[in-house]
Amino acid sequence: MVCKKCLENPAITLPNSNISLCKSCFFKYFERKVFKTIKDYKLIEQGEHIGVACSGGKDSTSVLYLIKKFSEKRKNITITALAVDEGIKGYRDTSLESLKKFCDKEKIPLHILSYKESFGKDLDSIVKKFPRPCSICGVFRRYLLNKGSKNLGFTKLATGHNLDDEAQSIMMNQFRSNMKVSARLGPITGIVKNKNFIPRIKPLYFLMEKEVAAYAFLKGFIDKYSECPHTNTSYRGNVRDFLYDFEAKFPGTKHNIVLSFLEILPLLKKNQEYKGSLNECEACGEPCSQKICQACTYVETVVKKI
Amino acid sequence: MKVFIERSHEHKEVPASSVAELLKKLKLNPTAVLVVKNGKLVTENTKLKNTDDIKILSVISGG
Ligand code: SF4
Ligand SMILES: [Zn+2]
Ligand SMILES: [Zn+2]
Repeated sequence: MVCKKCLENPAITLPNSNISLCKSCFFKYFERKVFKTIKDYKLIEQGEHIGVACSGGKDSTSVLYLIKKFSEKRKNITITALAVDEGIKGYRDTSLESLKKFCDKEKIPLHILSYKESFGKDLDSIVKKFPRPCSICGVFRRYLLNKGSKNLGFTKLATGHNLDDEAQSIMMNQFRSNMKVSARLGPITGIVKNKNFIPRIKPLYFLMEKEVAAYAFLKGFIDKYSECPHTNTSYRGNVRDFLYDFEAKFPGTKHNIVLSFLEILPLLKKNQEYKGSLNECEACGEPCSQKICQACTYVETVVKKI
Repeated sequence: MKVFIERSHEHKEVPASSVAELLKKLKLNPTAVLVVKNGKLVTENTKLKNTDDIKILSVISGG
């Protein structure tokens, strides 16, 4: 895989190895790894309509680009980008602008669903009353992505989750004894087949965050770093910092977390199949485990009180 | 050399003979950043000159 340019002009050293690759060899390596994940785990098959959850960030833009590339060599795969507009000035407005440009250029249809239209208020207004909005924001985002996927007729929804995200989720669930949630991880999710819940796929599952950042940078997908102004030092943030620290001291840690998790995942799924029943929310019909879903509960208890 | 750290918007003047040394001086985790030298992405063992223009990008997404 190593060429003359790799030796003279290396752009990145692959994680857990001393192989350094030039830009074009790195593209090949990266794309091969993503396509292999798609094939090995049957993430995308003939005749599917794949939705891609996009934020304008490095991960989802790379996924969108690569799924399009994957589908070009095959017939019968439709792609649509789906974005959520939380209503965060100075952050999401700019990232959605670059997403729109990207979709125009790549000729991919884009749908945007906003908190304001769907729930009555944008996130900037919610924050004024609830200064730590990440939990509401996460529930609303997942809700709109699932509902939007159904309305648009997606067979699956692809997300930009990378190996770092997965390793963090695995450790968080471990630390908090939340195996029910872990059973829903993996390159393709959905424990119980339920037509109300659109399966999620993660084509970047085996690529580290640094590799994705390098890919997006080299492809010119990202022009400026931006950070949500409402982000708080979350539990995830702590686990992330801890894993970065550990990875620097013990290279391979994150890969090993994910690989060992994949070994036990079938057992976890099996175990949860018996317990996991999915109801429909009595107010909106979306899948949930109680009578009323989390999004409807937040609308009643938070949004309507603003 | 001139160093710009994008995430914190900091401009610094740090002497270093390689990318690895620079990151060490700045106390930055090499697995969490990309280093761009004169507009090109480079690896840790890349040599640096005083006239180089360095940009350090965080690989972590914001939110
Ligand atoms: S950081 Fe929190 S508030 Fe900002 S987009 Fe993410 S979940 Fe929403
Ligand atoms: Zn090469
Ligand atoms: Zn509901």
